[in-house]
Formats: sequence, structure tokens, C-alpha cells
Amino acid sequence: MTTPGDSAAEIWPLWEVFVRSNRGLSHVHVGSLHAPDETLAVRNARDLYTRRSEGVSVWVVPAAAITTSDPDAKGAFFESPAGKNYRHASYYSKSEGVKHL
Amino acid sequence: MTSTITPDTSATAVISVEEQQFNDLIEADSRIEPRDWMPEGYRKSLVRQISQHAHSEIIGMQPESNWITRAPSLKRKAILIAKVQDEAGHGLYLYSAAQTLGATRDDMTDALIAGKARYSSIFNYPTPSWADMGSIGWLVDGAAICNQVPLCRASYGPYGRAMVRICKEESFHQRQGFEILLELMAGTEEQRQMAQDSVNRWYWPALMMFGPPDDDSPNSAQSMAWKIKRHSNDELRQRFVNMLVPQAAVLGVTLPDPDLHFNEETQQWDLGEIDWTEFHEVLAGRGPNNAQRLQRRRDAHEDGQWVREAAAAYARKQSERSEKAAS
Repeated sequence: MTTPGDSAAEIWPLWEVFVRSNRGLSHVHVGSLHAPDETLAVRNARDLYTRRSEGVSVWVVPAAAITTSDPDAKGAFFESPAGKNYRHASYYSKSEGVKHL
Repeated sequence: MTSTITPDTSATAVISVEEQQFNDLIEADSRIEPRDWMPEGYRKSLVRQISQHAHSEIIGMQPESNWITRAPSLKRKAILIAKVQDEAGHGLYLYSAAQTLGATRDDMTDALIAGKARYSSIFNYPTPSWADMGSIGWLVDGAAICNQVPLCRASYGPYGRAMVRICKEESFHQRQGFEILLELMAGTEEQRQMAQDSVNRWYWPALMMFGPPDDDSPNSAQSMAWKIKRHSNDELRQRFVNMLVPQAAVLGVTLPDPDLHFNEETQQWDLGEIDWTEFHEVLAGRGPNNAQRLQRRRDAHEDGQWVREAAAAYARKQSERSEKAAS
């Protein structure tokens, strides 16, 4: 499946950008950019997505390297947890009022 | 042929499952993402709007970069450089969003430099005085924010997300512009005159940034039905003027509209007639600086050709080298 924003007509490949805003937090997807190689992708990502100290670390990933679930199979692919609300702590209501539980 | 057992499918037959899903997402105020099915008109409309918006940011660098070398202090120069760099960044966020819809960067750039694509008509006005850096921030970026805040909720995910980033950064642009005017208004008589003269020149073009009046805005209704656009042109323009009047009072400048008055009944500021002939003239390419803006953009693109080629050649070399090392 082609990645949105990636096409043979683009002269440079597409990169997805992830920024860690602070130590102790995950890298979060912030956007994408086109760049000829990984070195320039990382530099462009810094200039484009961290002009106001938004991050302490940047990842760039070639968009073509990402495998995604099929958007058309949305329902079927994610239906396993449906009806399994016993997986949530809030399902167990009999212990209400008991402390530290 | 019998008609006795034919179920009534006439209402649903015209709409596909994908289209129904799309309509449901729009109805539920959810977001459309790049891999989702979408009507061709929706895609086209977004590409047009987002690329025009991106072009506006890129062309919008020019009237201000005009003053970088002549900023009155090192502080103002640093601020102006940061602002122009932001505009470049905003253009890139938006080009990326348009690219997720299948538009290519090359096609968009070519359309712009060939004069086939539109950008905001405001950037075709000249910036003859330093006070114009103040007016652009206060009035032009102010109008842009008014337009763009509702776009953060646009139904197309990548566009909305780009707008969230842009709006955060635009508020610095507006405030620094207001401050430039505030300082000029606290200065000499000449400086106050310069500020007022600049506001006089930018006020009406800024109001035109919201687009033609509602009864003359052909794409608006469909855009609103698709929840790309959330408010009408006139509604946003009115909201903007209501905010400007008290701000102008703080600055001590007058807004150049003799008919501007407070309407007790609606609790809004009624404005005078806008000269739409001027708007259409500038849009048609006959504004004061259209030719110059496009020429400069074209030159920059052509002058940058060797940089793009060198970067591509370097990337090719690097990947060949790493392939060799792996084999």
C-alpha cells in the first residue's frame, strides 16, 4: 500500500517525524517532511518541528518502512476487545467503598 | 418483470458503502484521515485550499523579508527573521498536508510560479515603511488567526493538525506587530504619523482577506457542509472587526472607515462598504506587487535548482555506498 504523501512523482522520499518533548516521555508523531537522505531529514525535522524547544530528541523514519493496518478493515481488525469490558478495572463494582483497591 | 418483490433501494442505491462511511464520519464531527475513502470533490477542494494557503505563507515571506536588513534594532531584526522563518515552516506543514492528498510538491510549486495558483491577495501590497511590519503583524496576522482558529477543527485530519501548530506560532506574530505599532505611537509625531498611515493602507486589504461576501462566495456552502470551513466569510470578518476596535483604541490609531459605528441592537460594529472591485483586481493579478512577488519566487526556485540536484546526487551516492558495504 502506498503511503499518503509518498509518490513516484516526488523527487525526495517522505519521512515521518517523531519528537520526544522531554526525558521520560515517548517520542510522539508530529508530522512529516520530504528530504533526500536521513541526515538532511533529521536536520530539516529540527528546523521545522523544534523551533521553540519542543523537543530533546528527534526520530525520522522513512514512511515506506512503516506497516499499517488496513483502514478498510477498521471494524473487524479492532473488534476483539469489544464486549470485553471485564478488562477494565471499572468493570468490578462490588468492591466499591473498599479502600486501596 | 414484476415489481412486487423489489425492495425500495432507490434512496440507497446511489450511495456506496464508502460514501456512507464518509458521510457518517462528517456527520459525527469526526476526522477524515489520508487513507480513508473520500469524494473526489472533497479531495480537490482540500488540495486547492491547502495549497493556496501554503503558497500564501511562502509568498508572505517577501513583504517582510524586505525589512530584515533595515530593521531598527538588532532585537527587531532577530524577531523579524524568526517570523519569516516561521512562515517558511507554515508553508512546509501545509505542503505536507496537501501531499497526503496526492498532490505533489513539484506540481504545486510549478502551478505557483507559472501564475496558475492563487495565494492570499494581501501579499501583493507593498511595505514601504517600517510601520508596515507592525500593521502586517497586527492586522494581517490577526485576520489570519481569526480565519485559522476554526480551521484547527477542519474535518481533514492532517490539515487540522497543521493549523494547530500554525495558530500557536501566529499569536507571536500578531503580538510583535501590535508592539511595533504601540512603540511607534508612543514616539515622535512623525512616528505616530507613520503608524497611522500604515494602518490606513492595511486595514481594508486585511478585511478582504476573509474573502468575498457570503452571497458571492461560490465554494463556501459545500466547504461548510464538509466541515472544512466552520464559519462564513462575513461572520469571521465581523468577529475580526469587533476585536480590532478596542485594540485600535489601546494603540491610539483610528480605523480608516468613516461609517464604522456600534450597532446597539446587534451589539456589533457595523462597517462601511468594502471596495470589492479592488479585491477582484488584485486577485486577477493586477495588484501593486503581483508580478514582482511571482518573479522573485520563480527566481528563488530556479536559483535553488543546483542545491536540489546536489542533495539528490549526494543521497544517491550515500545509498550506493551503503549498498556496496552491505554486499
